[in-house]
Amino acid sequence: MLELLILVVCAGILLSGVLAVCLNNLMAAMVSSSLASLFAAVSFLLLAAPDVAMAEAAIGCGLSTFVFIYAIRKTGAGGVE
Amino acid sequence: MMKRAFAVLAVALMALVFMGVIGDYVELQALRPLARHYVTEVPAQLGAPNVVTGILISWRGFDTLGEVAVLFMVAASIGLLLKKDSAGGAAAGGRDARPPAGEIVTTGAMVLLPLIFTFGAYVIVNGHLSAGGGFQGGAIVASGVMLMLVASPSATLNTALLGVIESAAGVLYVCLGVLGLVLAGGFLDPRFLPKGQFGAFISAGAIPLISALLGVKVGAELSVIIDRFRS
Repeated sequence: MLELLILVVCAGILLSGVLAVCLNNLMAAMVSSSLASLFAAVSFLLLAAPDVAMAEAAIGCGLSTFVFIYAIRKTGAGGVE
Repeated sequence: MMKRAFAVLAVALMALVFMGVIGDYVELQALRPLARHYVTEVPAQLGAPNVVTGILISWRGFDTLGEVAVLFMVAASIGLLLKKDSAGGAAAGGRDARPPAGEIVTTGAMVLLPLIFTFGAYVIVNGHLSAGGGFQGGAIVASGVMLMLVASPSATLNTALLGVIESAAGVLYVCLGVLGLVLAGGFLDPRFLPKGQFGAFISAGAIPLISALLGVKVGAELSVIIDRFRS
């Protein structure tokens, strides 16, 4: 059961990572890479590393997305390339 | 065409390396000797039920100090790089021209902010008992600050005060390290305070103190970085 859950979460990481690379809209790509971080945090939690999961969820999913979105907005490249 | 072939080749090589790593994977039936040493020695020597934070703050304390110093340098250089930019934005009326956040964001922030800050404080001060610690708690507090700034775009953060708080926390952190050097076994040794009862809130020597200082420092640093990017 746990292995199945971990596999599903890993598929989520892969899928959202590929989406982050392939999407043309930078904002959507950013959200997708944030989703990859969130899946990574869940997988850390499932692998019994709650400390790392917390840091990943707060920094990887929250703060870095925020910084990237502000950078995208500042450079005015929010729409389709 | 050539480029694509190189990309495929790189992916294939990567897959080969990965196969070598995970191909002969067998699940461990017992802890490795080093892990077993840590798992038995952290509760016995430091009195901290949470092994990870015990290692991070005592034996790997110097490393943690380095991490915080790197964060400090990042915050300082971002401030240096984005300073002129923000002054130009303020001159053009940048702060007032920002549109207000939507009602959903504002209401959600009002509901969630107290919870996020309380959870962050809990994670910081309970680092020696449950999962978490100064670094994680500081990041959670900073994400709360981020939500606050998103919900009220016209609000300003007192970065000067945050800088003073952050520097004071850093100085106190190093002072605790030197106290450990003088009174106990070495730099950042938390055993100069009594170990206390195992599992109690006030226990594990100076680990909760160091953790709290770390949390304040990391939270303040990340908040300053966020504010710099926003303006």
